[in-house]
Parts: sequence; C-alpha cells; structure tokens
Amino acid sequence: MSFQIPIGPQHPALKEPISLRMTVEGEVITGVDIRLGYNHRGLEKLAEDRNWTQNIYLVERICGICSHSHATCYVQGVEKLMELAPPKRGLYIRYLVSELERIHSHLLWLGVAGHEAGFDSFFMYVWRDREVVMDLLELITGNRVHYAINTLGGVRRDLDAGQIAKIRDGLVVLRKRSEYYFHIGANEPSFVARIAGVGYLSKEKAVALCAVGPTARASGWARDVRKEDPYAVYDEVDFDVATADSCDVLGRVVVRVKELLESYKICEQILDKLPPGDIAVKAPRKAKPGEVVSRYEAPRGENIHYIKSNGTDKPERLKVRAPTLGNYPATVEMLRKGFIADIPLIFAAIDPCICCAERSVTLIDAGSGEESVARMSDLRRRAIVRHENAPLKRNAVWPL
Amino acid sequence: MLKKLTRWSRIKSPWILHLNSGACNACDIEIVAALTPRFDVERFGILLKATPRHADVIVASGPVTRQMRDRIIRIYEQVPDPKFVIAVGACAMSGCVYRGAYNIMGGIDQVIPVNMYVPGCPARPDAIIDGVVKLLGKL
Repeated sequence: MSFQIPIGPQHPALKEPISLRMTVEGEVITGVDIRLGYNHRGLEKLAEDRNWTQNIYLVERICGICSHSHATCYVQGVEKLMELAPPKRGLYIRYLVSELERIHSHLLWLGVAGHEAGFDSFFMYVWRDREVVMDLLELITGNRVHYAINTLGGVRRDLDAGQIAKIRDGLVVLRKRSEYYFHIGANEPSFVARIAGVGYLSKEKAVALCAVGPTARASGWARDVRKEDPYAVYDEVDFDVATADSCDVLGRVVVRVKELLESYKICEQILDKLPPGDIAVKAPRKAKPGEVVSRYEAPRGENIHYIKSNGTDKPERLKVRAPTLGNYPATVEMLRKGFIADIPLIFAAIDPCICCAERSVTLIDAGSGEESVARMSDLRRRAIVRHENAPLKRNAVWPL
Repeated sequence: MLKKLTRWSRIKSPWILHLNSGACNACDIEIVAALTPRFDVERFGILLKATPRHADVIVASGPVTRQMRDRIIRIYEQVPDPKFVIAVGACAMSGCVYRGAYNIMGGIDQVIPVNMYVPGCPARPDAIIDGVVKLLGKL
C-alpha cells in the first residue's frame, strides 16, 4: 500500500516555495516528484530588453545568497564577448569577494544543517559568526547581501590599507571559529549519528547524475571548476579541493567545513598578492556578435551562463544553469529508499537555492537538433529509466 | 479588562510566519539574520512559526509569481484574526527589478492587504526590526 505525501510549497521544512510529492510505503520513500515553478519570475526574458550594464543588477538578483556568483559569471562572459581584459587588481578584489561570499554561504548552510538535524544551538552559533563575514562584505562593498561590486571591465570599489587590515582580523576570528566547528561537527556523537548514512549517493551515481559542487565532492568526486578550468586568479593561488568518501550528509558537512578553511587560505593569499594599479577599464557600450559560455564555481557548485550577442547593446539570449538544478536528479536518488523524517535533512544537504534554479530545462536532441522543454519530472523519469538495470534493491534496509 | 489583556499579550508576543512568494532569498536570509544572535528579535517575544495557523504576523518577501498567487491567498486565510502583513523589501512592495516580467503580479499588496512596508533591496535586519516594532506600536 503506497501513499502520496505532498510537501510544500509552504511547509515548515522548506524555506522556499517548492513542492515535493513523495510516494511512501510505510516509512520508506519509494518515489519522488519535484514540482517547480513557484519561484519562476521570467528573468531570462527580462534580461533581453536591458542593456549589458543594467543586466549586472538583474542577474545579481537571481539569488540573494550567491548573488556575486551570478554577477561574476555573467560579467566574465560579457568581458570575453567584448574582449576586455580587466586589470589584475580589479580581478583580485572581485575574487576576494567571491571567496568571502563562499564563506558566508557555507556558514549559512552549516547553520541550516544544524537546524534541520535538531541541533539549534549550533545554528545560532554559526549564524552569530556569520555576521563577522557579513561585516567584512559590507566593509568592502557597502551592502550586506547584494554587493553590486562587479562592473564590466573590473570592480567598482577599491580596497585601502585599513580595510585590508580589518579583513585579516576578521579572517583570524573566522578561522578560529571554523576549527571549533570542525571539532564539534566531527566529534559530537548525537549530531554525527543523526547525519551519518543519511542520503546516500554513491560516486558512480553522482557521476551518472551529474551532481555538482559539495554534493559531488562529498561522494568522493573531486570536481571543482576552480581547479579543472582555472579562471582569472585561481591558477595563481594555492588551494586543495576538499572531498569526503562517506557519500552521505555527514560527508557534505565535512566537505563544507574543509572548504571554509580552504577559502580562508585563498583570501589570505589574495590579500598578500594584491597588486597595485587600476581597478577597472572602460567597457564599450556594444558587444560584437557571438556567443560565450561562462563557468564559475559557486558555493553550491558549477554555475553556467550562456550569453549570445547580436551586436547591439542588449543580449539576444541569456541562459542560466544554476548549480541547484544540476543537483535535483541526485536529490531524487538520495531521497529514494530514505525515511520521511530525513526529507528536510537530505533536501537541505544539497543547499537548495530554489530561486536560482527556477527555470525550465531545455534539452536538445543531438541527432535531430530538435528542441524540447522538459519538466523536472520528465528528467527524473529519465534518470530512473537509466538506472532501472542497476542492481538496486527496491526495499533495501536503511544503512544505519 | 479582557480586551486590555489580549492587547497586552498580542504586543508582548507576536508570532511570525515567514512567507516567500518568489523572492530571491536575500530578504529571507536577512529575516533569518534578524532572528539570530546579532539582532535577536526573540528578546521582544517574536517567534518564527512554521505554520500559518499559529502565526499573527505574516512577514512576506518577494514579488508575487502567478503560481504562488492562489497559495498566498490560502495561507492568508489560514492565519487567525487579527492578522497583520509586513512586506519586506522592494520586491514585496512593488516588484523591484522583476516589474514587467510575464510571470510577476507585482507587489504582495496586489494579492493581500499589507499593513507595513519595509523598503530596501534587501531590507537590512535593523530595518526589519524597526518595521515590526512600528507595527506593534500601532496595535
């Protein structure tokens, strides 16, 4: 006997509007259908009637948590189209903000993970320390959330010696606190027992379902655009790609804490190497006809912007592939065979950013070139068909 | 006497429901930041509730998308009287940058009555607290 349980769009476990239809047999989930569109705003269409500079502000508002990721990904692409080379100092400041944003996003997620696991004091601790990095971002850019520091050809604000000293002080505090979390997260027995073994995603599945970001790295797949395809400053700084082998929510926590420590390292190197000079060059009003794909490692994974120009001052097409969208098929896989009680935890573990992902997916048949718009449920069905032949036990025992 | 008591308890402990009607998450994280230790609105008795049936104040963020419209009305109807709505951020006030998009109805006041507007993109936690306190002052 199987039941359907609808979850969302407004639900205690979810902070953003999305709807999940769970098919359950007793306590065990046998099927998941993700319904999207509650947060679809038609942003890609809006971008087509704004000019290149106005669009920076628009793409920044795709998402509030990874706003700098989208703006940077877009600006990178447009700079490639315009054949602009931003000055070194501008790039260093841009990617310093990038790393600070990763720190803020990972701290935010750690807090939410603690909250979903029922560890509320951890949530409050982490969010208190997150204010340190929010202050740093406000100091550099003038705003807490939408930084608006990017411009075509560089950045809009310079750093002075006083600000650099304050950032260094902030990083020292944050590093100390993160080491404390590393200790708590790895040794707090009840917290670990709650998250270990939940939401299992094997490495083969992660590769087959194209998981991105910390979700892929927690399954032992060292996939990071900063390392594989170093853009801008990332080939000049030294850092490691954090991975974990446990393939569960515990692994995802560990990966994010490790990444925090790597980000502090990157920030310090950027501050050490900060070259003198200009922060921006003047950008032309129009871009040459052409198309470009821009890749960027956002806190949640690989972010892809496809930009097509027709020679005017407006883009002809802007397509955004947000990391959360890449992680949906993997989430469906993680949820299956899990327990109802684990849904929020598993779902939170991919660090879902619904507002980033709210776009329909366009699939193009490589043979015929025929274009069809697929809904998430179709994608899921395809993912399931693909794994029908895999040796899967339908009612497998929970690994704990 | 009873009236005085209910008024007192309403002011002392308003419970809020956080409603995301299509926001970009920026206002949402600032609302959560207002609940956490730095800003800590819990000291005013303000508690975040998960279900509309427990809430007194709806803190709404984001422009209204077409798909969320009916759900917002349903959620509003589920909140017991007296109910208040705070629109947080420029999107909830007017639609902000999304104004004119095909899937956007405009601000939250296009769908449900709003008692308080908190401007900003996103609104800072201080501004959100100020908005809540001013709303309580009106009661």
